[in-house]
Amino acid sequence: MGEPISLTINGQPLQVKKGTSVAAAILMARAASRISPSGELRGPFCGMGICMECRATVNGMAQQPTCQMICEPGMEVVTA
Amino acid sequence: MTPNFDVVVAGAGPGGIAAATVAAEAGLRVCLVDDNPAAGGQIWRGQADSAGAGSRDARKWMQRLNASGCTVWTGLRVVSEPAAQMLRLEGQDTVRDVAFGRLIVATGARERFLSFPGWTLPGVMGAGAAQAFLKAGFEVSGRRAVVSGSGPLLLAVAAGLRSKGARVAGIFEQAPAAQLAQFARTLARHPGKLLEGVQYQWQARFAPYRTGCWVVKAEGGEQLERVTVSNGRRQWRIDCDLLACGYNLVPNLELPLLLGCRVEQGLVHVDEGQQSSRADVLCVGELTGVGGLEKALLEGEIAGWTVAGDRARAAALRVSLRRQNGFAQGLAQAFALRPELRSLPAAETLVCRCEDVSYGALCQQDSWRAAKLQTRVGMGACQGRVCGSAAAFLLGWEKHEKRPPVFPTTVAGMAAEIAEIEK
Repeated sequence: MGEPISLTINGQPLQVKKGTSVAAAILMARAASRISPSGELRGPFCGMGICMECRATVNGMAQQPTCQMICEPGMEVVTA
Repeated sequence: MTPNFDVVVAGAGPGGIAAATVAAEAGLRVCLVDDNPAAGGQIWRGQADSAGAGSRDARKWMQRLNASGCTVWTGLRVVSEPAAQMLRLEGQDTVRDVAFGRLIVATGARERFLSFPGWTLPGVMGAGAAQAFLKAGFEVSGRRAVVSGSGPLLLAVAAGLRSKGARVAGIFEQAPAAQLAQFARTLARHPGKLLEGVQYQWQARFAPYRTGCWVVKAEGGEQLERVTVSNGRRQWRIDCDLLACGYNLVPNLELPLLLGCRVEQGLVHVDEGQQSSRADVLCVGELTGVGGLEKALLEGEIAGWTVAGDRARAAALRVSLRRQNGFAQGLAQAFALRPELRSLPAAETLVCRCEDVSYGALCQQDSWRAAKLQTRVGMGACQGRVCGSAAAFLLGWEKHEKRPPVFPTTVAGMAAEIAEIEK
């Protein structure tokens, strides 16, 4: 798998294997990805770009479906 | 200028890969598009590097695809058909159009999710989802998992979770044992699948595989802590921090519906050559009947030969396809959902996760359309992909809409759409 990738989730550093999706990283950090309209915490759910529950802010871009994004070195992920 | 191809294939799972490869090998100019970061679809996810690990089938097809001269675009979703025979594609920060002579739709299937109390807690995910996350690097060592729902996928998911270090506390299949036994007998006619099944069973033997059981409740604070399982007579609790729960698969019909393809009883109607009711659109794989890998590959090849004008080659493959269709029917019968699952949600249980619409609110409406107007169900980011299939089972509502865009689009995508209209 080569060198691990270092990124941050809500400011907390996390190392993942190369090729790991951002949603998988959010799951490993045990973070919630979004807050629903009535205030519930939600986590990545469908894993295949359908449900949109894994949306988070990645490198300043809001509402990114993170299960279809691969972790990159230095990535800053901000969740709910 | 808009790039133009003889054939565009939407969806780079096995069916799309086979279709694109056969068409490109026959000398057509082909473009294969997928919204994921790499080709392979859900089943070959992460196996697309032709040199790397993965099944022999995946490697063989990826090598053939790469050598075929087919153009492959990943990270792009199809959002609409802004003009005849043209697709609008959207990526993270791009909007692009592509024109086609023929379009092969291979958008596959998604899981059917049913709403039950606690299903929105972080730590609860789909069964196929758990497998997709594992393939995408999710490390689960130290986790305690429960796998539930329905379908042959559950065993594969449990085996996958265990091989990555999770402890699987139980596998709960809603279908009764008698219904499954009949299916197992028909499996004997499909040696490849039987072997696969035995393999998973063997890998999963450390965890109890219980039929006729289903999860009725998930509980926890900010994350999942335990589930309640029922066999219809009694209930018991299991501590876990991961629940992988999905009830079979449903085809992704949004694009075929948008394109105007005829859909009957939840499946796209196609002819012997995989052509839909629209002359320039073919559909393959789960869209025409949920039947798995072999069926998707065969239909992909058939569609490839059809667009290449070789009806004889297409017809030759139909013989093997008939057997696969029998398997698809057996699968649907064996894992048919039991009626008790209709009473899973309580009045306050959310059905629509995007807009937080409860089961009780939906019960006051009499159709999907009325419910949308009154409650905003299905109007969030998933556009009814999750709640629509749940409502279809729970309330018997049909959801056959065709309205672009088929996926949430950006302002840039909308602007391109408006510019097109004003021209």
